[in-house]
Amino acid sequence: MLINWFRLSSPVSFYPLAGAWSYAFGALAALLAGAGLVVALWIAPTDATQGDAYRIIFIHVPAAWMAMFIYLVMACWSAAALGFNTRLSAMMAQALAPTGALMAALALWTGAFWGRPTWGTYWAWDARMTSTLILLFLYLGIIALRSSIEDPRRADRACAVLALVGAVNVPIIYFSVQWWNTLHQGSSISLTAAPKMAMTMLAGILIMTAAAWCYTIAVVLARVQAIIVERERGAGWLESLIDLRAEGRA
Amino acid sequence: MSEVPRKRHAGADALHDAHADAVRTTATGDAQPSVLGAIGWALARDFRVAVRSKGELGVQLLFYVIVVSLFPLATSPSREVLATLGPGVLWTSALLASLLSLPRLFASDHQDGTLEQIALSPRPLAALVSGKMAAHWLTTGLPVVVMAPLLGAQYALDAPVLGTLALSLLLGTPILSLLGAVGAALTLGARGGGSLLALLVLPLYAPVLIFGAGAVDAVRAGVSAAPHLSLLGAGLLLALVAVPFAVAAAVRIALD
Amino acid sequence: MGEFFAMGGYAWYVWMAYGAAALTIVVEIAAVRTRRRRAFDELRMAAEPAPAAPSLMRTRGAR
Repeated sequence: MLINWFRLSSPVSFYPLAGAWSYAFGALAALLAGAGLVVALWIAPTDATQGDAYRIIFIHVPAAWMAMFIYLVMACWSAAALGFNTRLSAMMAQALAPTGALMAALALWTGAFWGRPTWGTYWAWDARMTSTLILLFLYLGIIALRSSIEDPRRADRACAVLALVGAVNVPIIYFSVQWWNTLHQGSSISLTAAPKMAMTMLAGILIMTAAAWCYTIAVVLARVQAIIVERERGAGWLESLIDLRAEGRA
Repeated sequence: MSEVPRKRHAGADALHDAHADAVRTTATGDAQPSVLGAIGWALARDFRVAVRSKGELGVQLLFYVIVVSLFPLATSPSREVLATLGPGVLWTSALLASLLSLPRLFASDHQDGTLEQIALSPRPLAALVSGKMAAHWLTTGLPVVVMAPLLGAQYALDAPVLGTLALSLLLGTPILSLLGAVGAALTLGARGGGSLLALLVLPLYAPVLIFGAGAVDAVRAGVSAAPHLSLLGAGLLLALVAVPFAVAAAVRIALD
Repeated sequence: MGEFFAMGGYAWYVWMAYGAAALTIVVEIAAVRTRRRRAFDELRMAAEPAPAAPSLMRTRGAR
């Protein structure tokens, strides 16, 4: 299925597509989440060592993965924005940041509540949690920079540079934190190691991750629609959208 | 080449002379402005400007001394506690001191328009900002490198540890200047000032802090600091090569 | 049913985690919808004053 991607890079063409896909992925996300929750809370057997507390991984692992993936996708859109100078690429990067930050925060929260019953402490400075915390700071920095620059196109480019600089740093940060952690823990117990996986547990994690992916796509596409309307205010084609909106179609 | 008479700070006169220089040399057939020449020129100019306000430099160093001296008041004067805390405190304070001085890197040039002139110059912008960052390090990082071992004595750290401290800071503070310059360029003309700069730059500083303070801790524990220091060195080389281009891009974005 | 909610004694931890996830989703979706609605409202307000002003000069029913 060949799509002329460059034609899609105009906010005008992309807007209706974003709406349709947003609903589609939202429905898919709901289905997958439903199935995933059934597996997570009923079908998957209680773990021998961690008891029912381990069920938190069905939220924690997808959230942590999404936090990482979203940053990578955001960095790709940022590179496209700088390379091709397209407004829509920058808008996509802008739309991804809040969801990424929320995923990182959720990963930290659920990680803390998993850590307490399993290893006795809400927060331990293990490599993954610390890297996720720094990732959250990177997200918040990008969001803060965007809101502090008046001109939207300048903000686009500045945030794109910041996202790319951060992207290069994320593996370095992860590696350095892991190093730091193993040095100080001696025989390191990876505090976010999941219990030995039964097939159902793995299936549950995969389904929930897929649900998180679809949810992210749905929310980000809806947000980019809002951003398009906010930023393309001068464009004449938006007037036709007002009528659609009044009919509740858009 | 006449400049529009605007309120200039000390550096603008130096800039004017140097631009006249550039015109003269290109007129005599020097087609390619050399990279090293550009770095040297920017370094000399910024260094001269910084040295003219000795008070400001002194204050920054004093900040470092005060912060380092404050920690024992908050914790404990016991030698064991201080020796454990020492590397972390000395390193973290160096980070904060670096943050404090970063806005100075571009802000005053930006305010009176000399930054635009610099960007318009025929010399490569990446080289010019490299010179600026080098001058920043010489006036803020290097004093910290010299000061830290002296302050380390307050933390009951002995000679080999202090030597490693100085070496780790020597490798690390240039990285702080480099990475910090990215943040300083990106936040030019943005609201939120110093706090926004700190939010952007501190996560990037984390690996430098980990390896820098880790090196000192290693020597304190009697282990070799070679892995930490070589990683710091590698990071420095990588930053030296890559960061100036990111900073140049950020400066151009800010000048749009 | 009570056994399900008890989660083997780990109820607090499990439900704080799942609850946070539910809350995040609800808040994010609500925030995006509000953002979209506000964007459209501002768009509508920006477009309307022009046609509205002349109508003040005519009788109300003419619109």
